[in-house]
Amino acid sequence: MDTATLDTPADTYAITIGLTINGQQRRLPVEPWTTLLDLLREQEGLTGTKKGCDHGQCGACTVLIDGKRVNSCLTLAVSRDGADVRTVEGLAEGDRLHPLQQAFIDHDAFQCGYCTPGQLCSAVGLLAEGKAKSRDEVREMMSGNICRCGAYTNITDAVLEVLGEGSVK
Amino acid sequence: MNRFSYARPSDVADAVREGRPGDVRYLAGGTNLVDLMKENVERPARIVDINRLPLHDIDDLPDGGLRLGALATNADTAWDKRVEERYPLLASAILAGASPQLRNAATNGGNLNQRTRCYYFYDTATPCNKREPGSGCGAIGGVNRIHAILGASAACIATHPSDMCVALAALDATVRVTGAQGERAIPIADYHRLPGAEPQWDNTLAPGELVTAIDLPNERFTEHYTYLKLRDRLSYAFALVSVAVAMRVEEGRITQARIALGGVAHKPWRVPNAESVLHGETPSQNAFLAAAHAITEGAHGHGENDFKVGLVRKAIVRALAQAAAGTPQSQTDKRVA
Ligand SMILES: Cc1cc2nc3c(=O)[nH]c(=O)nc-3n(C[C@H](O)[C@H](O)[C@H](O)COP(=O)(O)OP(=O)(O)OC[C@H]3O[C@@H](n4cnc5c(N)ncnc54)[C@H](O)[C@@H]3O)c2cc1C
Ligand code: SF4
Ligand code: FES
Ligand code: FES
Repeated sequence: MDTATLDTPADTYAITIGLTINGQQRRLPVEPWTTLLDLLREQEGLTGTKKGCDHGQCGACTVLIDGKRVNSCLTLAVSRDGADVRTVEGLAEGDRLHPLQQAFIDHDAFQCGYCTPGQLCSAVGLLAEGKAKSRDEVREMMSGNICRCGAYTNITDAVLEVLGEGSVK
Repeated sequence: MNRFSYARPSDVADAVREGRPGDVRYLAGGTNLVDLMKENVERPARIVDINRLPLHDIDDLPDGGLRLGALATNADTAWDKRVEERYPLLASAILAGASPQLRNAATNGGNLNQRTRCYYFYDTATPCNKREPGSGCGAIGGVNRIHAILGASAACIATHPSDMCVALAALDATVRVTGAQGERAIPIADYHRLPGAEPQWDNTLAPGELVTAIDLPNERFTEHYTYLKLRDRLSYAFALVSVAVAMRVEEGRITQARIALGGVAHKPWRVPNAESVLHGETPSQNAFLAAAHAITEGAHGHGENDFKVGLVRKAIVRALAQAAAGTPQSQTDKRVA
C-alpha cells in the first residue's frame, strides 16, 4: 500500500493510483472527485456494476474492496489507492459460473436483473463474513440491496443454498 | 460534485496541520461526506483523506476499558470479540444501523460526525439554518416526520441520526480529539450539542480538530441491556425513535439504569436525574412508565412528528422491560418482545 503523503492542488487534472481490478493490476489516472463506481463504469468500461441511486440507498453499486462489500457510489476512487477491487465481472472463472451465479439462475432470483450484480457481490461478501446462518440472518444481512422487482424470497433461497443450510426446498 | 484539492497525510500531526480551519473536510469512509458533496450541501475547497492515519485499531486500555480507533470501521467494531463480549449494547446499536456494505466503509469517527438527514438540509433550493445560517428553517411548519421532539429551538428541529452514538451515550464513552491546541478528551454527553441559535454547529469539535478515538469505560452492561430501534421499514432505515438501555439489577432491584434516546433530538438524549427515579425499584410497568415520562418531560411535536411523543414513551417502557428481563432486542429477528 502506498503510504506516501500526497498533496495536489485543485487544478490538477488527475492523480495516478494503483488498483487491482478483477485480478489485473492497473495504474489509473483519476480525478480526485471520481467515485469508484464512475471509474469502473466510465473509465474502465466495466458496466456490470450498476448505478441505482448514487447515494448509498440501494446497493446496486456493491463491489468487493479487499474482500469486503461496499457501495462504490460513495467511495472516492483516490481514497482506495492500492486496493484490490472485485466486481461482478470477476466472479466467474472463465465459463465456470460462481456458485452464487448458478444458484441465482436455479432459483429464478431476478426479473429485470438490474440489482443482480450488486446482490451477487453483496452475497459473496456475506459468505466471506461468515456471520449469517439462518434465513432471518440472511434476510437482514442482504438488506443493503434493494430489488424493485421483489425477487427477495428467491434471492434468499439462492444465498441459503450456497450457504449449505439446506433450508431450501 | 465541486472540484477540490486533495491531501493524503500519513500521520496525525500532518493531518491536523492540513485540517486547519477553512473549507477543509476530513474524508474517512465517505458515506456521508461524499453523499452531501453530490448534493452540493458540502462544497469543500480541500479534502484531507485521513484513511492512511494509524487510527484503525481497537485496543485494550490499562484500566480494563477499550479504545476504538476513529478509523476502525463500524463493521469491524461491532464484530470485534471484545466489543461483542464486553459492550454488546454498542455492537447491537451499530448492527441496527445502515447496511452491511455501508458499515464496512463507515468509520467510528465518521459516524460520530455524520450530519442530520433533515430533508431541507439536503435540498439546497430550500431555506435551512444549519446549512445556511439565517436563511430560516424549512422543517418548522413543513414536512417534519423525522424531526425532533426534545431540545429543539426556534432555529432548528433537526435530529442526530446515529444509532452508534445512542449506545455511546448510554455507555458514558469519551471522545478523544487532537487539534492545533493539542489533545482533548470530551465526554460523549458534551460532544454533540443542542441547536439553540447556532444550528450550524452539530457538536463541540473545534474547526480542524480530528477525532482520534472513542474510549469505552471499564463498566460492563452485559446482562441487562437492549437497543430498540423503531423505523418505517425493518432494516436499512434511520430510526424514528430508538432507545438504548444499560441497567444493573441486584437482588431483584434496579441499582442503575441509563437510558439514551435516538431520533428525538439534535443529540443522543439523556436525563440522568430522570433515570434515578428507577433506582431501588423492582422492575414494573409503572416504574418504567414513570421513567419514560420523566425523561421525555416537555416533549412536543411539530405536526407530522407528533406521533413520536407517544411512540418514544412506549419504546422506553418496552426497552426497560427487555433490559430488566435480560432479553435484549435481536437485530435479526425483528419481533419486539
Ligand atoms: C443510505 C444510508 C443509510 C444509513 N443508515 C444509517 C442508520 O440507520 N444508522 C446510522 O447510525 N447511520 C446510518 N447511516 C450513516 C452512516 O452511519 C454514516 O454515513 C457513517 O457512519 C459515516 O462514516 P464515514 O466514515 O463514512 O464518514 P465520512 O462520510 O467520511 O465523514 C462524515 C463526516 O465526519 C467527518 N469526519 C470523519 N472522520 C472524522 C474524524 N476522525 N475526525 C473529525 N471529523 C471526521 C467528515 O469530515 C465528515 O464531515 C446511513 C447512511 C446511508 C448513506
Ligand atoms: S430542522 Fe435544522 S436542518 Fe432541518 S431545515 Fe430546519 S434548520 Fe435546517
Ligand atoms: S448506486 Fe450506490 S447504493 Fe445505489
Ligand atoms: S431483479 Fe429487478 S431490481 Fe432486482
